[in-house]
Amino acid sequence: MMEKMIFGRFIPGDSFVHRMDPRAKILFVFLFIAIVFVANNTLTYLLLLAFTFFVVFLSKIRLYFLVNGLKPVFILLIFTFMLHIFFTKGGDLLFSFGFVEVYEEGLRQGIFISIRFLVLVFITSILTLTTSPISITDGIEVLLGPFKRIKLPVHELALMMSISLRFIPTLMDETGKILKAQMARGSDIGSGPLKKRIKAVVPLLIPLFVSAFKRAEDLATAMEVRGYRGGEGRTRYRQLDWRMRDTLSLLMLVGFTAVLWYFRT
Amino acid sequence: MDILLQEVGYSYAMNTPFEKRALHNVNIHIPSGSYTAIIGHTGSGKSTVLQHLNALLKPTEGSVVIGEQQVDAKTKGKHLRDIRRQVGIVFQFPEQQLFDETVLKDIMFGPLNYGVSEEEASRRAHELVEQLGLPADVLEKSPFDLSGGQMRRVAIAGVLAMEPDVLVLDEPTAGLDPKGRREIMDLFHELHVKKGLTTVLVTHSMEDAARYADQVAIMHQGKCVATGEPKDIFSNEEQLLDYRLEPPRTIRLQRKFEEKMGIKLDSISLTEEALAKNLALAFLEGREAE
Amino acid sequence: MNSIIMSFKDVTFTYTPDDQSVRPAVADLSFSIEEGEWIALVGHNGSGKSTIAKLMNGLLFPQAGEVAAMNLTMSEESLWDIRSQMGMVFQNPDNQFVGATVQDDVAFALENNGVPHEEMVVRVKESLRQVKMEEFLDHEPHHLSGGQKQRVAIAGALALRPRLLILDEATSMLDPQGRMEVIETIRELREETGLTVISITHDLEEAALADRIIVMNAGRKHKEGTPEEVFLTGNELTTLGLDLPFAMRMTHLLREAGVQVLGEHMTEDELVEELWTFYSKK
Repeated sequence: MMEKMIFGRFIPGDSFVHRMDPRAKILFVFLFIAIVFVANNTLTYLLLLAFTFFVVFLSKIRLYFLVNGLKPVFILLIFTFMLHIFFTKGGDLLFSFGFVEVYEEGLRQGIFISIRFLVLVFITSILTLTTSPISITDGIEVLLGPFKRIKLPVHELALMMSISLRFIPTLMDETGKILKAQMARGSDIGSGPLKKRIKAVVPLLIPLFVSAFKRAEDLATAMEVRGYRGGEGRTRYRQLDWRMRDTLSLLMLVGFTAVLWYFRT
Repeated sequence: MDILLQEVGYSYAMNTPFEKRALHNVNIHIPSGSYTAIIGHTGSGKSTVLQHLNALLKPTEGSVVIGEQQVDAKTKGKHLRDIRRQVGIVFQFPEQQLFDETVLKDIMFGPLNYGVSEEEASRRAHELVEQLGLPADVLEKSPFDLSGGQMRRVAIAGVLAMEPDVLVLDEPTAGLDPKGRREIMDLFHELHVKKGLTTVLVTHSMEDAARYADQVAIMHQGKCVATGEPKDIFSNEEQLLDYRLEPPRTIRLQRKFEEKMGIKLDSISLTEEALAKNLALAFLEGREAE
Repeated sequence: MNSIIMSFKDVTFTYTPDDQSVRPAVADLSFSIEEGEWIALVGHNGSGKSTIAKLMNGLLFPQAGEVAAMNLTMSEESLWDIRSQMGMVFQNPDNQFVGATVQDDVAFALENNGVPHEEMVVRVKESLRQVKMEEFLDHEPHHLSGGQKQRVAIAGALALRPRLLILDEATSMLDPQGRMEVIETIRELREETGLTVISITHDLEEAALADRIIVMNAGRKHKEGTPEEVFLTGNELTTLGLDLPFAMRMTHLLREAGVQVLGEHMTEDELVEELWTFYSKK
């Protein structure tokens, strides 16, 4: 189940979107989230949808893959769609069976909200699918740079984020290993009454904590020995590279906003 | 208890873009009472095979017969517990699975899960601690206060306490010093003989495989490419090299000796003692010939 | 005479200073290591090896005696100076990999020491070339084998161009192939640069490659000398929970089987050579 989810995963590639500066991509996504709310009629929603598919096309991520991987999200989408259809009343009555009545306005709102939801999920997924977590962290660290002046520990936060990301696969592996070892000893996680299940989690959690602390200790030692003394006086190996395509992408989005604005009612 | 892998195939993350094939058409027969070593390069599928031996993984193709029970893709989870009781696994770095307040409770965890009585479980724990060469007072200590080597032994005791018919060992001595390594391996061999266990050893150490096993299976790229007696598997050096494995050191030394002398020793030396004996024999014969 | 790069003088350290009944982890330990040497520090688990490693890099300070490195006495003040001149590789390949990718990890120590970006790029490439991992620049740690991760850790240490490289059980969690990779890397590095190496290990095959071996037992120095000298003690090492290299074990077994082997042989080739000479003389 988890393996099929693509939310938050990174797929290496060499597309236009992959090569964009992470700062540009983060800004792009935030701006996009804002302008989604500009759309308010059929034409603008269609434009929004078209624009999103254009971005997907540029990222060279296969649509089938995207749709398949976001399946759990679609269940949520259908649910909201249904809610609108059944509970928004206005305009002409389209059809009814029994006590269920579907109005024109309900259908319209349902479709609009679904599109809004869909484009948001697609665009944010494209960000995480085309940008390695470490690049996102770099982007955030630089974008938050100005907040250092108000004593926000930006460097420390970014380092924490990147180390956590780095250890996620390691800890996932370890969880699987310990789970299997305890299953082999007859521990039965995932069946029986709640109280029994909670008890069954202990043999999994304690070894995980013990190992995580051990790892943290080892890591701290390794970092200290390699001369880590906080953010001061540090140089950066990763350099972000803002290019023409990044400026162009943002300008394109601004242009698109203008078009949306023009056609909205 | 016999274990039979029949045309077993396994894929991780089936039907997703991340699908990864780990096993193809694997056939292995592990006869009751045998000591089988599974060897292979890192990533050859050894550990995936291992997890099929007590149904931690269900084959996506083919079937695994464990004793009386058959496990295939459709087998329900409920039937698997019984299998797991009979097949104990000592995983690599098993000390990572320790969790309870005291060593005693930790060792009793497995047996209690499988419905053994408190008294019986406690009796087994006391007996095993002694058998594994641990001081009796560790039973009341927290497993986390022990040294690395002691933790390893406690974890092994936790598996043995279930009194399985089949014992599966995954690199059980990784990270131990030479003395600890020898003691643990000898102990497993002793148990194998004394209790008539069926033992499966998954290892990188050709020396251990040659020394202890009576059957060897080679895994390579998700396939079982050869099975046979140690003397046949390890005397076929070309085949070993094809699968990126090195022959045991004793055989390497024997070959160097044979090449230098231009003679052939009578038998293949699977252990250091056997090599010494074979070499000594060659010398004595040389003397008689004069 | 070469300069002394690391020395212990009457060093004693205990984790429980209040409890006199517990034996100190390290007691009255003295040794010195010259620039350019390869030293192996061997002992069974619990012999005090890992404490020595922590004393060497200033994670611990001795209760008595003095630790000195690079002509500086180890203290809170000199600590960072000393650390910037030595690299260290630890036991667990996963727990010392800080960066998200291979190149980030190699650059970590350089970033900490404020090396300018252009210089970093050059040094990262150069160090990865030295451990033959230059093709793995963008690989993430969970796609690497244990041996590869340890080689990356070595590259990370080399990037700072240290005068001393300490390997703290760096091969003990690896499979035989990974162990070979790491040992081979160190051998080549020594040939290429003559870097001073201290390897803390219980692998006697690894120790046999060193110039000098220090054998630890119960927190004290048990013996010190060239591999030949140390291994000559024979079964004494076995009683310390250690082992002899394969060729020496065979030499002993052959004697027991009635073959008169004269020399003590460290390598298989030497042993075969003597057997051959002996055999053909008859």
